[in-house]
Amino acid sequence: MADNVKNTAKDPLFHISKRDDYSTKRSWGVRAIAIVAALIVCAILTTCLTGDNPIKVYATIVSGAFGSARKTWVTFQNLSILLIISLALTPAFKMRFWNIGGEGQVLIGGLAAAACMICLGDRLPAGLYVPNGVVVLLMVISSIVAGAVWALIPAILKAVWNTNETLSTLMMNYIATQLVAYYIIKWEVPKGSGKIGIINQNSNLGWLVQLFGNKYLLSIVVAAILTFAMVIYLNYSKHGYEIAVVGESERTARYVGMKVKKVIIRTMLLSGAMCGIAGLLLVGSINHTLTTTIAGGQGFTAVMVSWLAKFNPITMIFTSLLIVFLERGAGEISTTFGLNQSFADILTGIILFFIIGCEFFIHYKINFRKSAKEEKENDD
Amino acid sequence: MMIDLVAFIPRAVAQGIPLLYGSTGEIITQKSGNLNLGIPGVMYVGAISGVIGSFFYENSAKGDINGFLAIAIPLLCSLLGSLLMGLLYCFLTVTLRANQNVTGLAMTTFGVGFGNFFGGSLIKIANADVPSIALSKTSAYFSKSLPFADSCGWFGKIFLSYGFLAYAAIIIAIVAAIFLNRTRRGLHLRAVGESPETADAAGINVTRYKYVATCVGCMIAGLGGLYYVMDYASGVWSNDAFGDRGWLAIALVIFTIWKPDLGIFASILFGGLYIIYLYIPTGMDHMEYKELYKMIPYIVTMIVLVITSMRNKRENQPPASLGLPYFREER
Amino acid sequence: MNSSHKSVKINGKCRFWHFPLFRFISHMEDTGLDKKVAAVTMRGVSKSFGSVIANDKVDLDIYKGEILALLGENGSGKTTLMNMLSGIYFPDEGQIFINGEEVVIASPKDAFSHGIGMVHQHFKLVDVLDATENIILGLPGKLNKKEAAAKIREICDKYGFDVDPDQKIYNMSVSQKQTVEIVKVLYRGADILILDEPTAVLTPQETEKLFVVLRKMREDGKAIVIITHKMHEVESLSDRVAVLRRGAYVGDMMTKDTNAQEMTDMMVGHSVTLNIERPDPVDPHKRIAVRGLTVRSLDGILKLDDVSFDAYSGEILGIAGISGCGQKELLEAIAGLQQAEAGSISYVSDDGRKEELLGKDPLKIQEMGVTLSFVPEDRLGMGLVGNMDLTDNMMLRSFRKGSGLFTDRKAPHDLAEQVISELEVVTPGVDTPVRKLSGGNVQKILVGREIASAPKVLLTAYAVRGLDINSSYTIYDLINRQKKAGVAVIFVGEDLDVLLEISDRILVLCGGKVSGIIDGRTADKNQVGLMMTQVGGEDNGR
Repeated sequence: MADNVKNTAKDPLFHISKRDDYSTKRSWGVRAIAIVAALIVCAILTTCLTGDNPIKVYATIVSGAFGSARKTWVTFQNLSILLIISLALTPAFKMRFWNIGGEGQVLIGGLAAAACMICLGDRLPAGLYVPNGVVVLLMVISSIVAGAVWALIPAILKAVWNTNETLSTLMMNYIATQLVAYYIIKWEVPKGSGKIGIINQNSNLGWLVQLFGNKYLLSIVVAAILTFAMVIYLNYSKHGYEIAVVGESERTARYVGMKVKKVIIRTMLLSGAMCGIAGLLLVGSINHTLTTTIAGGQGFTAVMVSWLAKFNPITMIFTSLLIVFLERGAGEISTTFGLNQSFADILTGIILFFIIGCEFFIHYKINFRKSAKEEKENDD
Repeated sequence: MMIDLVAFIPRAVAQGIPLLYGSTGEIITQKSGNLNLGIPGVMYVGAISGVIGSFFYENSAKGDINGFLAIAIPLLCSLLGSLLMGLLYCFLTVTLRANQNVTGLAMTTFGVGFGNFFGGSLIKIANADVPSIALSKTSAYFSKSLPFADSCGWFGKIFLSYGFLAYAAIIIAIVAAIFLNRTRRGLHLRAVGESPETADAAGINVTRYKYVATCVGCMIAGLGGLYYVMDYASGVWSNDAFGDRGWLAIALVIFTIWKPDLGIFASILFGGLYIIYLYIPTGMDHMEYKELYKMIPYIVTMIVLVITSMRNKRENQPPASLGLPYFREER
Repeated sequence: MNSSHKSVKINGKCRFWHFPLFRFISHMEDTGLDKKVAAVTMRGVSKSFGSVIANDKVDLDIYKGEILALLGENGSGKTTLMNMLSGIYFPDEGQIFINGEEVVIASPKDAFSHGIGMVHQHFKLVDVLDATENIILGLPGKLNKKEAAAKIREICDKYGFDVDPDQKIYNMSVSQKQTVEIVKVLYRGADILILDEPTAVLTPQETEKLFVVLRKMREDGKAIVIITHKMHEVESLSDRVAVLRRGAYVGDMMTKDTNAQEMTDMMVGHSVTLNIERPDPVDPHKRIAVRGLTVRSLDGILKLDDVSFDAYSGEILGIAGISGCGQKELLEAIAGLQQAEAGSISYVSDDGRKEELLGKDPLKIQEMGVTLSFVPEDRLGMGLVGNMDLTDNMMLRSFRKGSGLFTDRKAPHDLAEQVISELEVVTPGVDTPVRKLSGGNVQKILVGREIASAPKVLLTAYAVRGLDINSSYTIYDLINRQKKAGVAVIFVGEDLDVLLEISDRILVLCGGKVSGIIDGRTADKNQVGLMMTQVGGEDNGR
């Protein structure tokens, strides 16, 4: 009876079905293929624009990220900041709270640190003196509190009125930017320059310690500690468990007596506090100044880093390394070949598109109907 | 000091038009259930595509500018650029069912980078000493106001003094409102955004509607970028000048509770808020207050956001399937 | 095609010769009395989802001017099969003929063009649109709501429907929504009408109204398929019955030639008598006292109206009622998940002390020392987390144990192992996400966890919905064991036969009011049925 089945013209060529059977190993294999494919596309694009051969382009990228000891240290320092922000956003995302306000929370943390450095430094009336240890302590506390408060506002709005958090955190970013812009003009040195310049250049008051005399190491160590802590927090603590349940189903959380609002607020406080730490490091340890662009869009990049890593802190080390590597490498290409710095964003975008797209092939499969020739799995 | 309304309103409108384009485009997109956070990137691409078209036209025409081509070439380039962005977004989120938030943010990264990169490279090709591209000749055609604007006094200034893209924005918003509420395809589109499985069961091609709505939405939003650079900025491209207008356009979608006709007034209001800091006196000693006044549009958006979420009225809610991928055989 | 018909009747997969009562039904065309014309013919249709085979080489005929009842247990593949006719799913293999011609139904649009319309169990309506907009959704042409509304009124007049074309769906009752769905199908001129469990949400009166309409359509020459579990509906409405079991086609017969017993046998594969144990309550104490409980939903609808009753330890109190009559709110109020407008719920402990439960959340109730277990209706949306594994789901109740910051995984892991072995849960292991398990196994895990805390009160909502017969009996047995251990059980059910056999007392809810409380041992099914539709079971004479 099956023999008289006709392959009518209207038969769909293929149809898509869900798959649940891909192992973790194969999933990462697919992602690796996607990254390789993306790198090839990026190479072709770069070659078109620069006229140089792709291998040389890649050599330039690698040398941009790891070409010298200093470059390597800077790469890892950038990695650590991006990683801290990504880690900060992760508990919120696991709770399905789309915190895209990392940018503002970092900025406000940086502002708080800078405020301590400036107001307790040269601006004190003559004769008054605050010891460096106290200043640093106040910086740490105030930037953590500032970041936390900045995240608290959208969290309360969400908890009380279910206000869309994607948009409220976004608006908080711009409010933070303007607040920083206000203080920059207030504190500008020299008057009229619109810049703060290096804070406490001579006294080094409030400059965070250099571990083992290495000015890059502090952020890296902090990032390592936070990564470890986040793994423990998310996977083994009661709070982490509550976050996971609230994210999966608020009704289930209520059913077992979890206070959903409390969890949302507590998690966002944590998220904001960690962003505040990133701001502290940017101002106190890395730049020793404050600008409106000090977060450099990393609050947004971190959303993608966290998502690409499937909210797993360990995987995040690699996804943030990938992004930072590209940015540094593309920056090098820009200078070497005289291109605009924004080239890095284009390359990052392309790679993200590939990784985002490849998830499809992990979760779905394409069934070609009745065509024996194409039985092989499609794996683009 | 009283604000001079006759001077203020045209400036507010000029600020509001890019936002209107962006929000109209995003409303149509969101009505299909796609939350496109890539709109800021799309507007950058729309702007730079127009600039590229105009730049090469100006360079090849060597001063012999034809009015029709001066408008048509940048317009088509801009539409094409944003269409490609829309197709990319749809391919990833509709065909490959990727996460819409992440795709949107990646598009914004890409689009802003694309705009700034080519903005920078064009300067290099032009070998200009200035830090920005100035396409004053083609821009003149874009910003040409209605012929009798000058002779109508304050009325002319407020209503007739804009380039054709400003009027187009208002017409597009009105057409979008009529389309959504009065036509069968509009009805189908709303159904797709509310409940794709229902629309699907009713025989509506969900994929096609999502693709078309998102691509058309992107093209409209891209025109906002084009208007900004060719009319508002008089053809001067400078990197990052477009700023955060794309995000404000998304905020405006909520502000207008997904109604493009309301968007006309809301965007002009937003445009006014965007520049109101210029009109609030601070004195020479306290220029820093201006930075605080620049917060006003964002704070107002926050307040509106909170108020709409407090009122929680059924008709004023986002499309029910907003942000969710659709797969027919989901079980 | 006709010649191949008879060989197809006997599907190799099913063995009806195990049923002595089964009689082969000869085809009407053989008798020549009433020439039947096949509207739809399905041959060898299969569909699988991952490793689950939903339909296995099914052959089915649907005739014009006939009402076919498609019978089968939950999960037997009835809905999947019909979804392939309506274009929601695409068959993996097999052929479909409409009016004798082979067709490909790749989308709902294709289904409409072949005159197939389906009313889904979960209505496919857009809440924020009105009736007219929903009915004309997906049709071509210019939008003219006036004209459409006129045509809708015409259809309503013809068949006796009552629809306001301008009413928004979110303001409608369930039966109004269903009417809109049927009008939607008729508006498109469907000749083949499929209804998936249309009476599950209707009152008996509404059901009767629907049946009148369906009979009118049959006279009109339409082919009608109704999916149902309810035997009396099959008997009163259908002309022919087709039975599916575990995705395979078992056979068909004329309704007038069969009876409920035979149909049940075909559905479940072996003869079952609904024989649930009902031990007498031992030493019952008052455990829960509900007085004047009044609950309003967020949109202001009165869900519970002055409800008062007592529940005793060692007793099963059955709650009967049409779905959505306040059962959910009642259980959730006791569990601390629902705020009330008025009334009280007190818990009476063994020493006679009374504690108020109303106004406390589940955590507070737990902290008060009241061990209350709740098996909610929505298992994966409320009772369990689908994406978490068994251990993590067991932890939902116990994760707060211990004073430290960290969770103890050992105890829940052991509990998961214990539940798996004691309740014979079929799972690859404790690390499997529960959403990958079948409905019966999911329910065993949920019930297993809830009774593990040795509760004093056990609340269950639709505990056997969607479960196969064996799992259902496992659950009945578990509930009875709790009862014997002195637990006060409140059992919300939908199958009256089960309620009548398991409950010591039955509380009947009607529109949020207590219609009456009756003894489960002497209660009569018709009496309960009547009480479900009218408070007190009286006639409308009041």
